[in-house]
Amino acid sequence: MLSANTKTGLVFFPAFDWAISPTHPEREERLLYTQDQVFEEGLLDIEGIIEFKPDLATVEDIQRVHFCVPDELRVITESHLVSAGGAKTIGIQVLEKNIERGFALVRPPGHHAMRVVHGARGFCNINIEAIMIEYLRQAYGIDRVAIVDTDCHHGDGTQDIYWHDPDTLFISLHQDGRTLYPGSGFLFETGGPTAAGTTINFPLPPRTSEEGFLYVLENGVLPLLEQFKPELVVNSAGQDNHYTDPITNMNFSAHGYAELTARLKPDIAVLEGGYSIQGALPYVNTGIILAMAGLDYSGIREPDYQPDKIRQGSDITRHIERVVDEALKVWNQGPEIRAQNRKKDKFAERDRTIFYDTDQIMETQHEAIRLCPECAGTLAIDSKTDGGRRIYAVHIPRKACPECRETGYKLYDSAEIKRYNHVFIQDRTTDQYFSRK
Amino acid sequence: MIIGLDVGGTHTDVVLIGDDKVLRRAKVLTIHSNLFDCVREGLEQVTRDIPPHKIHRVVLSTTLTTNAITEGKLAQTGMIVSAGPGIDPLFFSTGSHYYCVSGSIDHRGREIQPIDRSEIERIASRFKAAGIRRVGVVSKFSVRNPKHEFEMAKILGDSFENIILGHRVSGNLNFPRRIATVYLNAAVYSIHKQFFDAVQDSLIKKGLNIPIFVLKADGGTMSLEASVDAPGQTILSGPAASVMGSLLFASDAVDSLVLDIGGTTTDMAVLVRGIPLLEPLGGEIGGYRTLIRSLRTESIGLGGDSAVRIVNGEIRIGPDRLGSAMAYGGPSPTPTDALFVLGKVIEGNVEASARGLQPIAERLGISLEDAAGRIFDDSCRAILTAAGKMTAAINSKPVYTVRELLLGYKVQPKEILVLGGPAPHFADRLAQLSGLHVSVVPQWDVANAIGAALARGTCEVALFADTERGTAIAPEEDFVLQIKKDFTRQNAIDLAFGLLRKKWLQVGASEESLPEMEVVEDLQFNMIRDFSTTGKNIRIKVQVKPGLLPGYGGIAGKLCDRR
Repeated sequence: MLSANTKTGLVFFPAFDWAISPTHPEREERLLYTQDQVFEEGLLDIEGIIEFKPDLATVEDIQRVHFCVPDELRVITESHLVSAGGAKTIGIQVLEKNIERGFALVRPPGHHAMRVVHGARGFCNINIEAIMIEYLRQAYGIDRVAIVDTDCHHGDGTQDIYWHDPDTLFISLHQDGRTLYPGSGFLFETGGPTAAGTTINFPLPPRTSEEGFLYVLENGVLPLLEQFKPELVVNSAGQDNHYTDPITNMNFSAHGYAELTARLKPDIAVLEGGYSIQGALPYVNTGIILAMAGLDYSGIREPDYQPDKIRQGSDITRHIERVVDEALKVWNQGPEIRAQNRKKDKFAERDRTIFYDTDQIMETQHEAIRLCPECAGTLAIDSKTDGGRRIYAVHIPRKACPECRETGYKLYDSAEIKRYNHVFIQDRTTDQYFSRK
Repeated sequence: MIIGLDVGGTHTDVVLIGDDKVLRRAKVLTIHSNLFDCVREGLEQVTRDIPPHKIHRVVLSTTLTTNAITEGKLAQTGMIVSAGPGIDPLFFSTGSHYYCVSGSIDHRGREIQPIDRSEIERIASRFKAAGIRRVGVVSKFSVRNPKHEFEMAKILGDSFENIILGHRVSGNLNFPRRIATVYLNAAVYSIHKQFFDAVQDSLIKKGLNIPIFVLKADGGTMSLEASVDAPGQTILSGPAASVMGSLLFASDAVDSLVLDIGGTTTDMAVLVRGIPLLEPLGGEIGGYRTLIRSLRTESIGLGGDSAVRIVNGEIRIGPDRLGSAMAYGGPSPTPTDALFVLGKVIEGNVEASARGLQPIAERLGISLEDAAGRIFDDSCRAILTAAGKMTAAINSKPVYTVRELLLGYKVQPKEILVLGGPAPHFADRLAQLSGLHVSVVPQWDVANAIGAALARGTCEVALFADTERGTAIAPEEDFVLQIKKDFTRQNAIDLAFGLLRKKWLQVGASEESLPEMEVVEDLQFNMIRDFSTTGKNIRIKVQVKPGLLPGYGGIAGKLCDRR
């Protein structure tokens, strides 16, 4: 009987009764053929591959990560609690050492969900990786985490949540934002003032193929992980870099995804996007599961796979080499920039607009972070939507110093409630969340 | 009158049931090397002086195929496997004469690469040269499109005694299990056919020309004729017989746990409001995971005769059996000996039991009675722990819809039914420890034979419709229909019910009227390409669930009276 070399957990939750809308790419049918392929290959019978039933995430789990407006249950459906809960289940099983690695093959996805949630963007409502990671930090006391986002779309939600967190290394490989939603993820996006260099983007040109992805992995991602020394590596395993994906322009393959997984060796992988539901997902997922389990994946290939036809041109190769060089510079300059900024001991501010494509909401944010010599710094967000809703939210980071913590509560208490629909505070030092309205 | 016969590991039990009561019962020692004589002897004992026309059916549950598989006494079988891309099919090899060939079908049932005729022809001549008579052909996704299996069988021609096709053994997706199931069916084909031909001949010679039925792993019956083509379904019918026998006494208002405490093992099953649970995909036997529809049973190596020893200062019971209890002249102390020391059992050599337990008591530094008490308690606890694990495993079975996840039924046994030799002695303690209502199945020693006698037909049909491809297929039933775009979910259910009715009659269920049919899986997906609907993907599974023949409920009361 076939048995796994690495004990691997799987939460499979295809949500066969949930869709954003009947013809939306994020619909009931999305994982149907993946299920068929996984079942027919007998993957769940392999000794050492264990399927778990997902737990439901709780409102408290969401409050550790997000400011949901007006509240958690009004921006999500039960399905989101299952997909976030599924990721959490895998995380728990890994940290309990019941499995060595795990893959949450769940939907709906989450990597476009930012810290403030007014609605859905990029098919995402809540960030399922962040909810899992913050739960694991709370329950198991882990500290340093690396997230490698291999979805074709820039993981702008995850980037936003960890923008100011120097203990979370966020790396994203994606199609260049000038050519694809959400239009971000450029090299100059390197993290907030106290966490500069812990957000690393690899914007890749359209038609990047296996060679390009593996080049970035070997020369960009793995060396960074080596230096960052995370306790946990999480892979946001979107599958829309595939050459058959209908909404992107890349040339990655099932074999490439399996190879990438085998080399990256993530502790936890979480499915994100991927909408070539017949031509890619069944094969990519089978490949990823086999690679996670340390089994031979060389026999996995799409019916129409022709490596020569999707090979990237030499101009693309050269472009990617430059991207990797630049990204490494960002990484290398990070410590110095962080140190400089932290000496300033004042508030740094920025303004930006965020578009919710799925729910058609335009949000404007004014953000202020305390440049603290001791910790990541308390963060305050003043957020308005074009629907006329306005909120004020204070985030006290997990390892906040007493002064930052005090500052956070002062900001919360002094926010004038008549100017806002809601005022929130997320105190990660005590794992508490309060709101006023 | 109905005869139920169950060949067990030690005894072969037979009952003759008339109208509302057990008229006769018999027990014959099982001789594994000659099962036929056991069956004949058992049947003779209960039919003596009974006019043949009064017996309208015989149901047999034997260990024939089960033993053949677990003892590795399987006939030489040729296997041809067409996998296409994916896991290397050599991992699923069934031994020699296993060939992987080209050809590929995808998850939608579309042909990706054709079968290579010359490849099959070459293998066919090798099979012939090796004297192989039975062949199994399996292709990946054949339940979505059986084309390649048909083609391979056609090329093999009629020079083999039997060719088993993968899509006919189950409608479930699982290529490795399909390979194992086809292999087992082919490999026990002859042994099963010869045995039952002999049984039938001997009955006819005695003037007993009555319909013979065989018990299946799912607790249902099938006609002898139907069983010849699907002998694999008769594996694991032994545990199924006990479970079916206990149904007479199970509540249909609460969930129950069935514990069959034997000499070597305790077999466990769960009933949900009186209905036995089935394995999600199929039973497992002798290291083969199969697609054979089976009752969900689990076995632990703990019974009345399990060897008791001290390991690292702790009592360990089982999993092995060295012989009978010392009270009956066995070589090592057992939980049964503990029962003797505790005075719960008396007809045997109590001194021998005490002698056996004494060293254990000494090593634990406690009195003989305390040692016996601990062994007994540990046994009860181990059984309940294993049963708890089984229930937990059933409840942790993943589901794939939000609705099922939120509303999913949780199995929670409220009563325990115990059968088996030591059952009466265990009942009280099991009740105390579990806090559940525990009852001993009356005449538990023939409950298995009664279960076989009263089991009704049960079967399942899986139908898969793809309106974009324009096909509806029920692979096991050899059914393919061209459908139009307007084919609906209701059409699919009606079609599946029709096929189920037909199958139920074909497998030769023995009662006149069809029991209630139910839908167990009902999924429909809109297939969207480029933001518009191009078809529907419909998956329906219907079944007649396992149960007992109607009209025999009264028998339970009468069995209780005799207790």
